[in-house]
Amino acid sequence: MTTANPSIDQTDTLPLKQKLAKTTAIQRRRAFLLTVPLVLFLLISFVFPIGQMLFNSIHNDKVSGVVPKFAVAIQSWDGQGLPSEEIFEIFVKDLAIAKKVREVGRTAGNMATRINYELPGSRSLFTKSARKVGKITEGPYKEALIKIDKKWANPQVWLTLQRASHDLGPSFYVAAMDMKYNEAGEIVKADELYQIYLQNFIKTMWLAALITFICVLLAYPVAYLLAILPLRQSNLLMIMVLLPFWTSLLVRTTAWIAILQTEGVINDLLVYFGVIGEDGRIQMIYNQTGTIIAMVHILLPFMVLPLYSVMKTIQPSYMRAALSMGSKPFNAYRRVYFPLTIPGLAAGTLLVFILAIGYYITPALVGGQDGLLISNLIAYHIQKSLNWSLGAALGTMLLVVVLIFYWLYNRLIGIDKLKFG
Amino acid sequence: MTGETPLVRFENIQKSYDGETLVVKDFNLDVAPGEFVTMLGPSGSGKTTCLMMLAGFEPATQGEIYLKGKVINNVPPYKRGIGMVFQNYALFPHMTVAENLAFPLEVRKVPKAEREERVKKALDMVQLGAFGGRRPMQLSGGQQQRVAVARSLIFDPDLVLMDEPLGALDKNLREQMQYEIKHLHEQLGLTVVYVTHDQTEALTMSNRIAVFEDGIVQQCAAPADLYEKPQNAFVANFIGENNRLMGKVTAINGDRVDVLSDNGDVLVATKINVDAVGDRTTVSLRPERVFVNPEASSVDNLFSARVEELIYHGDHIRTRFTVCGHDDFIVKVPNSAANSLLQHGNTVPIGWKMEDCLALDA
Repeated sequence: MTTANPSIDQTDTLPLKQKLAKTTAIQRRRAFLLTVPLVLFLLISFVFPIGQMLFNSIHNDKVSGVVPKFAVAIQSWDGQGLPSEEIFEIFVKDLAIAKKVREVGRTAGNMATRINYELPGSRSLFTKSARKVGKITEGPYKEALIKIDKKWANPQVWLTLQRASHDLGPSFYVAAMDMKYNEAGEIVKADELYQIYLQNFIKTMWLAALITFICVLLAYPVAYLLAILPLRQSNLLMIMVLLPFWTSLLVRTTAWIAILQTEGVINDLLVYFGVIGEDGRIQMIYNQTGTIIAMVHILLPFMVLPLYSVMKTIQPSYMRAALSMGSKPFNAYRRVYFPLTIPGLAAGTLLVFILAIGYYITPALVGGQDGLLISNLIAYHIQKSLNWSLGAALGTMLLVVVLIFYWLYNRLIGIDKLKFG
Repeated sequence: MTGETPLVRFENIQKSYDGETLVVKDFNLDVAPGEFVTMLGPSGSGKTTCLMMLAGFEPATQGEIYLKGKVINNVPPYKRGIGMVFQNYALFPHMTVAENLAFPLEVRKVPKAEREERVKKALDMVQLGAFGGRRPMQLSGGQQQRVAVARSLIFDPDLVLMDEPLGALDKNLREQMQYEIKHLHEQLGLTVVYVTHDQTEALTMSNRIAVFEDGIVQQCAAPADLYEKPQNAFVANFIGENNRLMGKVTAINGDRVDVLSDNGDVLVATKINVDAVGDRTTVSLRPERVFVNPEASSVDNLFSARVEELIYHGDHIRTRFTVCGHDDFIVKVPNSAANSLLQHGNTVPIGWKMEDCLALDA
């Protein structure tokens, strides 16, 4: 292209771009430096732990770490009958070394725990054998080991060991979904007694949905009042909405215990007024009811605030316009006001549901046995049973559920339309 | 007014929001069918409150509002059948333009086919035929304005209220919309009660204008009367540009009032709003009714004035004089060869007729 203006010559464009880049480079660098602390913080406190969790849920080296040579050798076994004498020998020697070295996290006990997850009741087999295995000095190893415990003659033990020798594998997700491997190594439903997680997932989602629904019912009128009241009254109301927000979670939860327990305020009042008898005191806490009441109370502001912020922006003239056009108040409300609050409703619902689905402290304190949610089970595996991989698998599933809901919301309402405040 | 029943009648209306002060003190107004009445006034003068009482969104504290001869004080807004255009248009953002227009028909249970036809007609009326499927946010300010007007008219209301509908538009668009609304009013024979604080808008569009100040209608008259014969100093000052000379009444002779200005000059003015000799008065006259270098016989008042400032406006030169002790006396001097000699600091004779110069309240 020929051009009359020499300054827009092809040869000139590059220097211009470079000049622009040079002049803006300092600004960009400075802007980036400002974000560095946050980026680092997020990396360390968020991205890394979540990555770690995802990794833990599919990675477990408790077998290969204890009996490394065996973990490699067992892979050549075809799964028919028992492994060969050679593999038995490697296993016995590996186990003897592990027993002698006693490296933290790599003891026979660690392996025993790992196998016990999938083969309940097999723990003692490993700990007992580990103690005695040092005495086996020569073959045939197969007979010697079976002599220590005849469970070693059960191919199921070896199949499980073979599977667990893979550091990476889906076995914890299998467990988290109330399933197990059968004798043939196929994934089947776990025994009724062990089916707890899926059920709890469903219960958690149902409770979260119920809590969200109750929050909507309670928050909508409050937010509406907040939006239409004169500034002075609405400020007072706002403080009342936020007050619980500023109070410690623990204090609020224990306050509910004081109010709801069988010897608590409500029951005392009901007995006093003769509504119920002394022996008819209602169990309102340490069960699902307690979880629902306390969580609704705690999560309510998260519903009120987005609703309020949206309602605040709805000009009264919309309703007036609808009325002036002949619409009755309820119809005007339904056709005009309510649709305009949907972004806030959606934001509040999403926020409350996601918070509720992963809530831990309140159900732990007031949930009793049947008010426990999935996060309490995750915490149990992280803190008590120390089955981190299973906890991580459950945590990952929870994360996936949340992401699915987020995706659904985006499809139905559009995340860009959400208004949190 | 003719003897027929007014479409709207405000009778001794008072309104207070806090129980202490009256926002509207004593409002009386009749609106005849087909009339375009504007309530004009500065913000806080009570004009919007009156409109809201008529629409039914605010109850009157005292007095009666009649629509077609019936008291409507206790009729809810949705039963009044009054169309309304709001300041910010109040187009429902979650509905398309066509859905917005169909809304008043829907609540009236108009069959779908007729509804669509009327929506189409209304869109054509405001030249937005192709925009039915759009959301209000995707339209320009002027287009939104047109939709709002169309929506207020689509159910053929007896009366249309407009609450500063052009306030958000820029100047050119505002003028254009003024004509469009005026033409709609004429073509459709609408009765319109219009609220604005913009006097040009009021003068352009209205049959009658009620000038509000401090909760009271200061004057209610046709635009020309309001401009030519303001009844008091507020109206004279609020409508159009106005020169004020302060003084004292020295003689009253029929229509003719002699006024002694504060610096000792004697003026003759037309009696409008003065009662007795000795009263303080504001003498009001329009800048375009003052002549520079007039023939002495053609004017009743003749003074020498000093040129303080000349502002070039193309067709005229806005000139500020000192006269009768006031240094803010504005004259619109036609841009002609004879007047091109005016210079800052010159002293020139200026004069005006008695009938252009009104003696009003002080």
